[in-house]
Amino acid sequence: MRRRPLSLPWAWIGLGCGLAFLWLPVVLLVVYAFSADRIPFQWGGFSLRWFEALAANGRLLEAAWLSLRVALGAASLATLLGGALGWVLARHGPFRGRAILGGLAGAPLVLPDVVIGLSLLLLFVLLEGATGWPAERGALTILLAHATIGAAYAAVLAQARLAEMEPELEDAARDLGAGPATAFLTVTLPLMAPSLLAGWLLAFTLSLDDVVVASFVSGPAGTTLPMVIFSMLRLGLTPEVNALAVVILGLAGLAGGLGLLALRLLRRR
Amino acid sequence: MRATPAALLTRLLPAAWLLALVAAPLLLVLAIALSWPADGVPPFTLPWSGGQGSEGRGANPEAFALILGDGFYGGAFLGSVQAAGATAALCLLLGFPMALGIVRAGPAWRGPLLLAMLLPFWTGFLPRLGAWIGILRDEGWINGVLLSLGLIEAPLPLLYSTPALLLGMLHAYLPFAVLPLYASLSRLDPALEEAAADLGAGRWTAFATVTLPLVAPGAAAAFLLVFIPAAGEYVIPELLGPPGAQMVGRVLWQEFFQNRDWPVAAALAVLLLLALLLPILLFQRLEARR
Repeated sequence: MRRRPLSLPWAWIGLGCGLAFLWLPVVLLVVYAFSADRIPFQWGGFSLRWFEALAANGRLLEAAWLSLRVALGAASLATLLGGALGWVLARHGPFRGRAILGGLAGAPLVLPDVVIGLSLLLLFVLLEGATGWPAERGALTILLAHATIGAAYAAVLAQARLAEMEPELEDAARDLGAGPATAFLTVTLPLMAPSLLAGWLLAFTLSLDDVVVASFVSGPAGTTLPMVIFSMLRLGLTPEVNALAVVILGLAGLAGGLGLLALRLLRRR
Repeated sequence: MRATPAALLTRLLPAAWLLALVAAPLLLVLAIALSWPADGVPPFTLPWSGGQGSEGRGANPEAFALILGDGFYGGAFLGSVQAAGATAALCLLLGFPMALGIVRAGPAWRGPLLLAMLLPFWTGFLPRLGAWIGILRDEGWINGVLLSLGLIEAPLPLLYSTPALLLGMLHAYLPFAVLPLYASLSRLDPALEEAAADLGAGRWTAFATVTLPLVAPGAAAAFLLVFIPAAGEYVIPELLGPPGAQMVGRVLWQEFFQNRDWPVAAALAVLLLLALLLPILLFQRLEARR
């Protein structure tokens, strides 16, 4: 009798081809970021000139700083909201409006970016007309939009995590005399922690990667890094974009490594 | 759980947020789609609002009439469905062997292989599209290699074509297909396929009659998870696709940013949502069953 699962050669071939396909542009991008040639993806000898050009590009650095602040704020707000939503949907049992709440919480996952962007812009424009706020669209409106999208992802992760855990754990804490707040803080929250961290990282990444929603809800005051890269790509490719991608990859690798480490430490508890 | 005031607050605050930033904006899109165009900022007057000599004016169906009557918009919807369908099919075709390979690699290898699939995404979405532009364009990497080898005499027009568009879409959406396929394949008990083999089924028969039917819901979820966002895609067709081939996301963007026709852009958003309603409901039903 065969004890090992069947192995299918075409699955290995597919996996190899798929991974090669996903990695090809990244590898080329990293290699050619160090090319001196003015034309991207042509080799002109090793050089760091595009990294120097990047460091001197004030518009780009300003946009990167804005993006970073927006992403930090949006991810934190999204985790708070999504965590609360996930907890409510997983642990509050049936209550009036639960189905509507669940539907609204998941809606940003399935709505196209152009629809989310347009709908939020219309909201901000009509609010400004009616109340004078927000007087200027930029960092704050982008943050609100990204937090709304990120919260949907954070809610799904938090709800899935709590669904794996038995509610009896919290009941036991209550039976042993813990108040609802103590039970939540000492039992539920630590259980949710890995999913909250994952939700934060996902919301952060989505915010840093978004160009469509940000373009809709932003005004002249707010140009994010993806918006600058998008206009660079539309006007014509420069090797600066490759150098920028290498920097992003390095930072993301660092952040991701730290995140994985933190996740592992949390899981061990 | 008894609803303590604190618990009620955690229910009400996110609910208020979702009503204000998800539900209200979607209703506004419908209102603007039925609004009257105006010369101003914003460039419309709401239906049933009066103003600008429009006393008693109700909803304005012109934006919908324009879209439904003009073949250009119909073509854009068709283009979106075709591109999103082709993308989702390609993602399944390549994603299925990938997911199977990751599952069959054994528990120790699954984490590193999933990571290897997701790592390229840390360069950011736009720089990766930029890399595809650099690879495909006339002065790009592929043409450079082919020209230097003497295989071609003039650069091949690879960029701004439907294959380039699909290549970019496949690259962006592939993990969305692999992850649900991986989830349903990893829940599968390999003993089932072994049992079929022991009972005399050939390798392919066992696979086709046991494994495939069991992962069909996961495959459907993977298809929809790619199809739904791909149908509204704007950035990839704009950067890699042929200039003539229109998709809804791109037309909506142009109506909004270039023509400043907010009612038509909003009406396009409403119609796009209507078109996606069936796939979305189907997807949620599949997710609920898991």
